[in-house]
Amino acid sequence: MGFPLLSSILLAPIVAAFALCFVSKDDRETIRKVAAGATIFMLCLTVYAFFSFDTTVGGVQFAEKIPWVEDLGVSYSVGVDGISMPLLLLVGVIGISAVYTSWNTEKRPKEFFILLLLLIAGVTGTFIARDLFLFLLSYELFVIPVFIMVLVWGSTKRLPKEFVGMKFIVYLLMGSAFMLVGVVLLYTAAYPPGERTFDFDALRLAGEMGRFSDSFQISTFPLLLLGFGSLLSMFPFHSWSPDGHAAAPTAVSMIHAGILKKLGAYGLIRVGVLLLPVGAKYWSPLIVTTAVMGVLYAAYVVMAQKDLKYIIGYSSVSHMGYILLGIMTLNATSVSGAVANMVAHGMMTALFFSQIGYIYERTHLRSIPELRGLAHYMPHLTIGFMLAGMTSLGLPGLIEFLPEFTIFVGTFGVYPVQALIAIFVIVFTALYVLRLLATLLFGPADEKYADVPDEQGASMVPLLVLGVFIVGFGLFPGLLMNVINCGIEPLAPVFEQIANAPTLMGGVR
Amino acid sequence: MFDFALHHTWLIPLLPALSFLVIGLGTRQDKKTSAIIGITAIGASFLLSLGVVGAVLTNRIVMAEPFVMKTVWARIGGMELGMGALVDPLTAMMLVVVTTVALMVNIYSVGYMEHDPGMGRFFAFLSLFAASMLGLVISVNFLQMYVFWEGVGLCSYLLIGFYYYKISAREAAKKAFITTRIGDFGMLLGILLIQINFGTVDFIELKTLVPDYIWVSGTSFLTVIGLLLFIGPIGKSGQFPLHVWLPDAMEGPTPVSALIHAATMVVAGVYLIGRAYFIFAELPVVLHVIAWLGGFTAFFAASIAITQRPFKRILAYSTISQLGYMMLALGVGSLTASMFHLMTHAFFKALMFLCAGAVIEAMHEEADIFKMGGLRHRMPVTFKCMAIGVLAIAGLPPFAGFFSKDAILAAAAEVSFPLYLLASVTAFMTAFYMSRLLFVAFFGEVRDDCPAQETNAFMRWPLVVLAVLSVISGAWGHFAGFGDWVFYGVREEEAINWTIAGSSIVLSLVAMWLAYQIYVVKRWSSYQIARRLGVIYDLSFHAYYIDEIYAYFRELAVDKVGQLALWVDNHIVDGIVHGLGRLTKGLSVVMALPQNGDAQRYVAIFYTGVIALVAYSLFYAVKILSVTGGAF
Repeated sequence: MGFPLLSSILLAPIVAAFALCFVSKDDRETIRKVAAGATIFMLCLTVYAFFSFDTTVGGVQFAEKIPWVEDLGVSYSVGVDGISMPLLLLVGVIGISAVYTSWNTEKRPKEFFILLLLLIAGVTGTFIARDLFLFLLSYELFVIPVFIMVLVWGSTKRLPKEFVGMKFIVYLLMGSAFMLVGVVLLYTAAYPPGERTFDFDALRLAGEMGRFSDSFQISTFPLLLLGFGSLLSMFPFHSWSPDGHAAAPTAVSMIHAGILKKLGAYGLIRVGVLLLPVGAKYWSPLIVTTAVMGVLYAAYVVMAQKDLKYIIGYSSVSHMGYILLGIMTLNATSVSGAVANMVAHGMMTALFFSQIGYIYERTHLRSIPELRGLAHYMPHLTIGFMLAGMTSLGLPGLIEFLPEFTIFVGTFGVYPVQALIAIFVIVFTALYVLRLLATLLFGPADEKYADVPDEQGASMVPLLVLGVFIVGFGLFPGLLMNVINCGIEPLAPVFEQIANAPTLMGGVR
Repeated sequence: MFDFALHHTWLIPLLPALSFLVIGLGTRQDKKTSAIIGITAIGASFLLSLGVVGAVLTNRIVMAEPFVMKTVWARIGGMELGMGALVDPLTAMMLVVVTTVALMVNIYSVGYMEHDPGMGRFFAFLSLFAASMLGLVISVNFLQMYVFWEGVGLCSYLLIGFYYYKISAREAAKKAFITTRIGDFGMLLGILLIQINFGTVDFIELKTLVPDYIWVSGTSFLTVIGLLLFIGPIGKSGQFPLHVWLPDAMEGPTPVSALIHAATMVVAGVYLIGRAYFIFAELPVVLHVIAWLGGFTAFFAASIAITQRPFKRILAYSTISQLGYMMLALGVGSLTASMFHLMTHAFFKALMFLCAGAVIEAMHEEADIFKMGGLRHRMPVTFKCMAIGVLAIAGLPPFAGFFSKDAILAAAAEVSFPLYLLASVTAFMTAFYMSRLLFVAFFGEVRDDCPAQETNAFMRWPLVVLAVLSVISGAWGHFAGFGDWVFYGVREEEAINWTIAGSSIVLSLVAMWLAYQIYVVKRWSSYQIARRLGVIYDLSFHAYYIDEIYAYFRELAVDKVGQLALWVDNHIVDGIVHGLGRLTKGLSVVMALPQNGDAQRYVAIFYTGVIALVAYSLFYAVKILSVTGGAF
């Protein structure tokens, strides 16, 4: 089995969180150094894993498996394939950025970093799990730190933070409840008692053996969709998400928009589409249409927003619509694009939030046009915002262009009308991003901000780390795409098999 | 040596890209070093471009058989996307034009920007622009073209907004980006359809696939693709109705206007159609649209230029008009004429913009030509250069514009008489408003408060070089056989048609004479003429109020709908969510009523329950007894 690479990645934040329990709560320096150390370690290992991932072999790599609850068929089984590997890298990159963005946390830093590390561990667990039970366990775990962090370190803007925290947790748990029913149905339908298992591969095998009848798939898929869809902020189940961003502390916003939403998309692919392809196919026209409505609708809402966190929050609802569109179009091209876009959007939006967090921490302002003309005093911050903004509007040479292009290629032939609307929204995206940048950064100087320091030292880390990946994968997309390709290529038969399956519109699509 | 250049064509964009990195990450604060790095990089690219031209000429690389080298950029979802360099005479011509103008503008900027604290940043952006533009020129496929197309768009945005503290510059930059984005949307759709339909976006592969496709399926679908692709150039090359950003783009520093918004980036749209001419030439409907839209834009922009007052704004509308000319040439099927005009226009328009920069700087940022006057006494070199530019654009022999404009008029006359007429009228107007500019700014008396002095050497020598090119490039291209190299299909006839050329010379001379009479001799009062024209003058002066119309619709379709969407989200979508929450809460209040901790109430409820149960049992027992008749 060799060196347990994935377990090390998973354990690093947990061990660090445990260690932090024994550090004095006043020793802020040690606290944040431990947190930083853990996430740097994670980043190094995930980068190592990413670049040593053998794309010529493909399949599941770095696998580890230890039986756990044998009666139920639960095991501690981890491993990554071409779909989860890039997302694990995303966790590594955003993890360290989140820690450095919270570098100057003054209120209860010890508890803050413990919860942050546990949150990071939770999302790591979901991406590396090869066992549905382990997946669900990690999936539910992250909700708790998020809830506490919103309540304690959050901010009250449009709605009280307590209310938003509650909204957040109730929304997600409601979704999970539906999903849980779906998962139990899957679990029982796959194998007869005694042979039952939560292993992803075994479940897929059951699917291939025809254990999930067409009608079963069609009735079970919506349950999973409600769970994963609300997490990825699928229109119209999105309203928790912008409020959540607005109330949450910056690090949570970064992880929420950068990783949690991707987790919904990942679950939808891994559990929804791959285990219940016929069901996914049946509902796809409806979901694709709502996804595109969400893309347009959220872009419109952004136009009227003034609060930076709401702007980026709704913008990420809009962008997630592209990802949902890509997934539910159900062909190899569109799904590859969706997976790549998950990484791209994750990094972009995390960069946005970290920059917003920086300026909010210094000024306690985060709405335009109260904040204006920052370029005069803060060149580094300006570069950060510009980079995030240009990525967001899909500028070629930055990470998000090619994934979007691929989604469009994949969807245009299948759903031309929906794709047309989705593509047109690139104009809207440009409009709101450029309006934001123009007001926030440029124009006459405002003396008020003359004394606000520019990003330096630790506060530059998120910009540097995320910037390297945003530009690097933008200029050399092959690095990212090759890994994703070897995750998607084996799935081509699944997509071919359902190409002619009926949809709720009837007939062949 | 030529072969070295040919096999290292990819270095041509890469060198300025490296210069961008070095300046951006390192020497940004150091003006002088930044300038030296930027100029060295573009100078090396210029030499390599000359080498590429040499290689094209000596190796006889022709349009039909270009030299191609490429590598895989990314493979995803079954697509293979390449990047590389495609060299044919058209590429070689563009490389030289872009690097020449870029080099001149870089040198000029040393003088122009020397007092600006952002000079390092300026050179970084110029380098990035050169890299993107040269990458666009050597594109091997539509996707590479789109990538660099957006790249030059970014640089244009950054440089229009270079004086970021000015609100006007900031707004102009935003407008340029968004307006061209609308064009890019169409172009992206076209590229997607090509990728989906042909499975490739590679120019060479498409060149073999397209004729077969037309043979089998006809041209109707390709016509849709062609029209969509054309939307991109409409935005980028400032064609009606997406031309509105270009006049505003003059907010950028003047060297930028010369390089990006006159000579190079704005012709990217023309170049795109030229590059993909193997598709467009097969689509008569699309060609028709291109020709008429180009012709209309040429006339339309000229009709606005005629009443404008700021120096650069006149030049901007003239650029739109000349781009329309190039489109017109493409639309009537003459790749040669279009590309020839692209080349000469790049030189003389860059020249005029650089003159404008010199004048406006000398006038301490006064841009209104009617506040100038007599500048020829103060700035003789600039005056002579400007005069050469005006003569070139007016199309008088032996200046460059004569040959290229004549080629366009001849090509138009062959296809459609109305188009030829439109083009001729435009040429007349062009000669008039450019002479107006020259006469008003440079002739007449020197004003008492005029601060103008001749410019420094950094700014002067590029003017001279471009002036020389504006004189000779037309004749040189004509007699040295530009058309032998750059053409599509069969080589075009290019002997000068003296009927057409003669009449256009006469028209231009009449126009210039008119302008002289009005603005120098003042035989007729320009104010009287303007008043006589009334509404027509107003429309022209306000550019037909198109900006205002767009602003109205943007307000309506974007901001108003946006506010509506926000209201819906906060009150309906969220209303349902919060309503469900409240419903649950309300239910829980009702359910909690019996459990308030009051023992008496518990007892009361307990006994109510007991009584209910007993009553129910009795009722049930009676019922059973009645059914069974007493037998249990």
